Amino acid sequence: MHVSAALLLELGLILVALSVLGAMARRLTLSPVPLYLLTGLALGEGSALPVPAAGEFLRVGASIGIVLLLLALGLEFSIGEFTASMRRHVPSAVVDLVLNAVPGAVAGWLLGLDGVGVLALAGATYISSSGIIARLLGDLRRLANRESPAVLSVLVLEDFAMAAYLPVLAVLVSGGTWWQAGLGVLVALGAVLAAFATSYRWGHHVGRLVAHPDDEQLMLRLLGITLVVAALAEYIHASAAVGAFLVGLTVTGQTAERAGAVIASLRDLFAAVFFVAIGLSVDAGELPPVLPAAALLAVVTGATKVVTGRYAASRDGVGARARARAGAALIARGEFSIVIVGLAAAGHPVLAPLVAAYVFILAIAGPLITRFTGTRRVDALRGGGARPSR
Amino acid sequence: MDVSEVLLPGVGLRYEFTNHEGHLIGVVARRTGDFEVVVYGDDDSDEAWPVFRLNEEEAETLAQILGAPRIAERFADLTREVPGLESGRVELPAGSVYADRPLGHTRARTRTGASVVAIVRGEEVIASPGPQEVLRAGDVLVVIGTDRGITDVVRLLRG
Repeated sequence: MHVSAALLLELGLILVALSVLGAMARRLTLSPVPLYLLTGLALGEGSALPVPAAGEFLRVGASIGIVLLLLALGLEFSIGEFTASMRRHVPSAVVDLVLNAVPGAVAGWLLGLDGVGVLALAGATYISSSGIIARLLGDLRRLANRESPAVLSVLVLEDFAMAAYLPVLAVLVSGGTWWQAGLGVLVALGAVLAAFATSYRWGHHVGRLVAHPDDEQLMLRLLGITLVVAALAEYIHASAAVGAFLVGLTVTGQTAERAGAVIASLRDLFAAVFFVAIGLSVDAGELPPVLPAAALLAVVTGATKVVTGRYAASRDGVGARARARAGAALIARGEFSIVIVGLAAAGHPVLAPLVAAYVFILAIAGPLITRFTGTRRVDALRGGGARPSR
Repeated sequence: MDVSEVLLPGVGLRYEFTNHEGHLIGVVARRTGDFEVVVYGDDDSDEAWPVFRLNEEEAETLAQILGAPRIAERFADLTREVPGLESGRVELPAGSVYADRPLGHTRARTRTGASVVAIVRGEEVIASPGPQEVLRAGDVLVVIGTDRGITDVVRLLRG
């Protein structure tokens, strides 16, 4: 067997760099995603640090990363939590969609994108990062706060909206005549509905297909099925990501919990590779022209998320400070904005640098603003516990 | 005592109750098995003050120290998987004829279809007890079966 020393070396150095950057970000309770993007950007063509040998692996790894991200999202999804969120927060979800998708759509229109580009940008500004936010609330010890159920409900409903949005986007991206696209959209939505019905009625049977007491078996079965379904989905132009999400949805209960734990570290590795690859696909020279637009979009949609969060929290009847905290918490955008770009970037060269810069700003600003908003716990900055003053 | 339960979508559950001193206490049970214990302030009860966090093992230990064996909860997970299967905790009353007699004498499995999967005695838990296990008054039997079966066990032990 031929071992490519260059590949191993480059890959190893990239992972070491990512771990150092990630540790730095975690220390500051920030998300490592923007730093991963930056790493990719620094390694891109024409930069001082080219990675010719690892490039191929990063490209392959990125497509596995996007599949694993969506698989994990599907696994975490629970019908019970979804219906509970629906019962209370449908108006919040509507406010969320209108306030946050519209600015992206308007920006796309002003930038002269076509319909698909407008739809992609609207999605990228709409979807908050459930990964960043759920982790942030845990790190800041805010899960027990009264505004947290509202924040988490909004995130669950957004994830659900993604289930309908991603297949539609994927089909539209693949082009064709309007009736082909229309048919594709119907098929894609049908598949999503079928997956929900399956997971609801026969979830434990599907679970039995992958379930196995041995973790290694569980991982191999799950990955095997997921990649096959992802490939089939890609083949019918419905995007591999959507196929993986559907597999995640149909596995439920304890099997889903164990499966989530088994693939967690794989997902972290390949998701990091995916973020690096997106950074890599952006030419550093393309960034300066889109920065003003990205910054403006970040400010506007940051503000609209604050309004969304405040509104959702007010439906749970919490006080002013809790509403402010909920608003700030939702600002962060992250992995799914990048996933959307991953789907739609091909025909729209301006999207990748624009959204990468946009996510970069909000993935850093969101957690920072959240941290300093509406809390009396000054020592929360040190991450330590505190006592109430009584 | 009233314990209210709030769903934290994607994260787990939050339980809260007020103790006898009037402190509002919250416990976040995460899907990962970790727990976070908080108290809420008097002036602004929206913001929780973190007290401490526990991993699964530490929570288990604390629960045992507090004398509330969580074994029934663990079976509750199992019963959720199988429709119609329930778990219950049945105390052996002081005057029961089965006090100080072996578990086998109750013939609970044959007569009710429900199984005794554990006996909780004070701070001790006897997991999957054999028929020769002698029951004591005050033992809490963890029973798995249908709703009907569990009711029958309660009636049986009373006799």
